[in-house]
Amino acid sequence: MSTTDSLQRTALYPAHLALGARMVLFAGWEMPIQYPRGILAEARAVRSSAGIFDVSHMGRIEITGRDAPALMDLVLTQDVMGLKEGRARYALLCTEEGGITDDVIIYRLGPDHLLLVCNAGNRPAVWPWLQRCAGEFNRVDLKDTTEATVMIALQGPQTPAILERLAPGVASALRPFAITRAQVAGVQALVARTGYTGEDGFEVMAPAQEGERLWGLLIQGGAAPCGLGARDVLRLEAALPLHGHDMDVSTNPFEAGLERFVNLQKGRFLGQQALQRVHANGVARKLVGFVMTGRGIARSGCSILSNGQAIGQVTSGGPSATLDKNIGLGYVAVEHAQPGASLIIDIRGNLVEAQVVPLPFYSRRRGL
Amino acid sequence: MTDRPTDRRYSREHEWVLTDGGTALVGITDYAQAELGDVVFLNLPEVGAQVTQYGKLGEVESVKAVSDLFSPVSGEVVEVHQELMEHPEWVNEDPFGKAWMVRVRMSDRADLAKLMTAEQYAKFLEGLEH
Repeated sequence: MSTTDSLQRTALYPAHLALGARMVLFAGWEMPIQYPRGILAEARAVRSSAGIFDVSHMGRIEITGRDAPALMDLVLTQDVMGLKEGRARYALLCTEEGGITDDVIIYRLGPDHLLLVCNAGNRPAVWPWLQRCAGEFNRVDLKDTTEATVMIALQGPQTPAILERLAPGVASALRPFAITRAQVAGVQALVARTGYTGEDGFEVMAPAQEGERLWGLLIQGGAAPCGLGARDVLRLEAALPLHGHDMDVSTNPFEAGLERFVNLQKGRFLGQQALQRVHANGVARKLVGFVMTGRGIARSGCSILSNGQAIGQVTSGGPSATLDKNIGLGYVAVEHAQPGASLIIDIRGNLVEAQVVPLPFYSRRRGL
Repeated sequence: MTDRPTDRRYSREHEWVLTDGGTALVGITDYAQAELGDVVFLNLPEVGAQVTQYGKLGEVESVKAVSDLFSPVSGEVVEVHQELMEHPEWVNEDPFGKAWMVRVRMSDRADLAKLMTAEQYAKFLEGLEH
């Protein structure tokens, strides 16, 4: 893979400029933060009909060979050996100390063929990590396909109908967290029923040179182009944590509320011993969701107080596009983590009231 | 380019000021709201607050960021647009009209001479875009 520090662009970069996107630097990539209609309108389009996101910056690593499942079972917190062909799992990659190096989706494409999708910002760390661990195995090959492919997330309740017109029969055959090879508008692609918005939807991976054509066809089909700004609003509403904000190498999955993605019973994996200790001893802080009950928007880095004492810190915060509220995530001492608990958030010197609420803030099944 | 009103003065921080006798309405420009994106929150001073030209007036928040508002004139805040606080989206919809933010009783009318006309502001913006 490329190890250059220079700015990278996805194959869809010209399409973003043509649509009038505002581009920003994100994890070394020049990405659209929003299109002219704006972040809130984009987020609402995903909740009510359909949106598409260029997520080609996310790392895509293919792991092949007889030992591929065993390697990923060693590296990830989930059972990969038992992952069925055509299925996917959300998993964590932890250090020996139990800190979260990255959160990923692992897809099983075949008996000896896996695909790992990791965060763009962590790809430079994940790749050498996998290579080092692969040294324990004889029959495994790693291939970074990030730059050779595009990845387009098609998200929202209308997306099965949009995909149906370009790839008949695929959407109806694909359950949540399933993946299949399919022809999409004549292009050989991987189509997964996964995403990062809390909405039904798909992620399509295809050769980079076909990216612009697919992107255009999906927009013609009725999907609104959406940028990283809308993606962040939507994932926060769905309480999907963002690595580097809501969790990182200094937090463990039990603190981050991700213990259901840690399989302590499976065979040996990195971080297992440390996580067993955390499981046995409990944690001192937890990631919670809160709603601002006073006037203000908590932002990442704001201190959380109770009775004048600092009890934690906001890790994500902003306005919700779907609920008429300002929401956020943050770590607090466990005694303040119960829904209903009152918090005070220090917003640049203004002390504003907030309340811990059950997560997620938004669920498409439950509605609002 | 735009039909930016010529009845007011403009600051380099993209605020406008429209005088009306001894008081002045203050808001932000079309350019500023477009740069911010969706405005979702406003933090404005209380009535009675003293503000100084180019000093901090408040904060305007978009979905992703917090930006300071600066007062284009010195004086006392005599009215705060309370309804705008409930409808921050007006800043995007009508920055020169119903999105006025505060009314200031100016302490020094000479402040106005330091600000730009609409024509000068347009040239200033061209300079920003290289």
